[in-house]
Amino acid sequence: MSIKTLTMTAIVALGTSAAFAEEVRVYNWSDYIDEDLLKKFEEETGLTLIYDVFDSNEVLETKMLAGGSGYDVVVPTGTFLQRQIQAGAFQPLDKSQLSNAGNLWDVIQDRTAGYDPDNAYSINYMWGTTGLGVNVAKVKEVLGEDVALNSMDLVLKPENMEKLASCGVHFLDAPTEIIPMTLQYIGEDPDSHDTDVIAKTEEMLAAVRPYIQKFHSSEYINALANGDICVAVGWSGDILQARDRAAEADNGVEIEYHPFAEGSLMWFDQMAVPADAPNPEGAHKFLNFILDANNMAAASNYVYYANGNKASQEFLEEDVIGDPAIYPDETTMQNLYITTPYPAKTQRVVTRLWTKIKSGT
Amino acid sequence: MRRALLIAVPYVWLLALFLVPFFIVLKISLSDIELAIPPYTPTLDLSQGWAGIKEFFSQLDFENYVWLTEDDLYWKAYLSSVKIAVISTALTLLVGYPIAYGMARAPQEWRPTLMMLVILPFWTSFLIRVYAWMGILSNEGYLNQILLWLGIISAPLTILNTNTAVYIGIVYTYLPFMILPIYAALERMDESLIEAAEDLGCSRIQAFWLVTIPLSRPGIIAGCFLVMIPVIGEFVIPSLLGGSGTLMIGKVLWEEFFSNRDWPVASAVAVVLLLILVIPIVLFQRNQQKQTEADQ
Repeated sequence: MSIKTLTMTAIVALGTSAAFAEEVRVYNWSDYIDEDLLKKFEEETGLTLIYDVFDSNEVLETKMLAGGSGYDVVVPTGTFLQRQIQAGAFQPLDKSQLSNAGNLWDVIQDRTAGYDPDNAYSINYMWGTTGLGVNVAKVKEVLGEDVALNSMDLVLKPENMEKLASCGVHFLDAPTEIIPMTLQYIGEDPDSHDTDVIAKTEEMLAAVRPYIQKFHSSEYINALANGDICVAVGWSGDILQARDRAAEADNGVEIEYHPFAEGSLMWFDQMAVPADAPNPEGAHKFLNFILDANNMAAASNYVYYANGNKASQEFLEEDVIGDPAIYPDETTMQNLYITTPYPAKTQRVVTRLWTKIKSGT
Repeated sequence: MRRALLIAVPYVWLLALFLVPFFIVLKISLSDIELAIPPYTPTLDLSQGWAGIKEFFSQLDFENYVWLTEDDLYWKAYLSSVKIAVISTALTLLVGYPIAYGMARAPQEWRPTLMMLVILPFWTSFLIRVYAWMGILSNEGYLNQILLWLGIISAPLTILNTNTAVYIGIVYTYLPFMILPIYAALERMDESLIEAAEDLGCSRIQAFWLVTIPLSRPGIIAGCFLVMIPVIGEFVIPSLLGGSGTLMIGKVLWEEFFSNRDWPVASAVAVVLLLILVIPIVLFQRNQQKQTEADQ
């Protein structure tokens, strides 16, 4: 075989393999989609979908800032998205490729524009609140029948925590969630970037620290469902998943989710396309697929998070759209607050404070 | 010529897989944090030629190393890592030595099977095995269920998410690294030496302390280093089995890198960790060398 034919064969082989295996690589949160949708996407578009998961914004952000992640679609939370846009990590979306963009919900769009002006770089995937997951029977057994299951008192009052420690309490390992929550509790601006104000949370958190079994951002789903712990400060949908897993397992564990009566943090997970995405066209196809009202409804019905897609609401099951833990009523909505990213210097103070609270050092 | 090539192979290996990455990390540790891709400055701009290179070097400084001395978190974390490493190495030795001893004393035909059993866990992913421990040690886990059923305890023990779980995880994971070198040393031992010691009036226990232990010392030392060095920088076991109070330098490094997005400080932490590890590694090398010389 001559060199020329060899090269030709190689080129043909490469060409065909590329045609057969056009890939879209999506990097999303763990336990965050109905897996049937992934198959459906491949069937509809003929593209190969490679779907990886992460469980912390920090991991995603490090990949974004290192560059060359190889992903076409990623799902950062609003505050992280804002900073990554500033770092130049994303490309503006081509709205002409998103025929379903009209399905988006203006109420949510208005809020996400705070992170992504004009929503130029991202679409909303899901949104939710940070609140309390409780094992009703165990908490009542420990703290009495008339304990308020929706109050921050449960997890920020040392005398309550001391009793709850026996059945196990987890907090999210996310200072950007717990510090605003504590600020809200002591009557400060939860979005304060003033390091002196932030420092006020230390005493409060140090007082309950001995009774917190673990700071972790995903283990509490199983731990709640198995009955290993009785209280978790966590994300709404995750706790509702724990509720359902416990119900399926029929293990006598009853889990409830409550946003804080004092006001909960509202967050938005946004789908965006990295600036160096290998297949931006495929990425837009995936976004448009997600924007489809039926698909988005299927995802929400599966993961129990509210979405930013108005048109999907008619396809949502009653236990999703009708559940105030997922789609809060008007008064709770008013009580929700959002936060903005910390500048690098403040972030360092916050991380340091967090390490100190967690490890006592 | 062929000899030079042969010698070159390990050096190229060392250069490509150790020195080059090390200098990249060292360079980042001398830079400053920046909100960009990549998240530090300066980056080397070769398009401006010599002036660009000069500009680049003028911007590097030791600020991040100074920072490490200003906050007590770092040395506390280094110290706590060394402490956990030393304790878990001692525990691994206590568990590993009798196993190695038993293997070396077992009938010849059993030994390959026993060796196989020690290596067998490596066939499963390390992560899955650590997860299995989470299932065993949790409040509702197998260990507590068995102890409750036997009536030894009346309330479940909290083991998972404590330092105890970290020690269990480390001892379990690193046990083969302790057993294998000790076994190798004991297997080579001439058993008639024990007989001689007993003939000369030693009790069995005395013979063990005076003959067996000194002869297996090279294996003990090799095993201890093989366990201690990786444990100091361990990240996976403390983050899965440990509680939030388990302070180890691997976790601090993770936090600098991921939470603060401060690659320069994270790199400085890594460089200092390397320097701390170099001391036992050099000691280990010298011990190995002495051993080879003694053997000759």
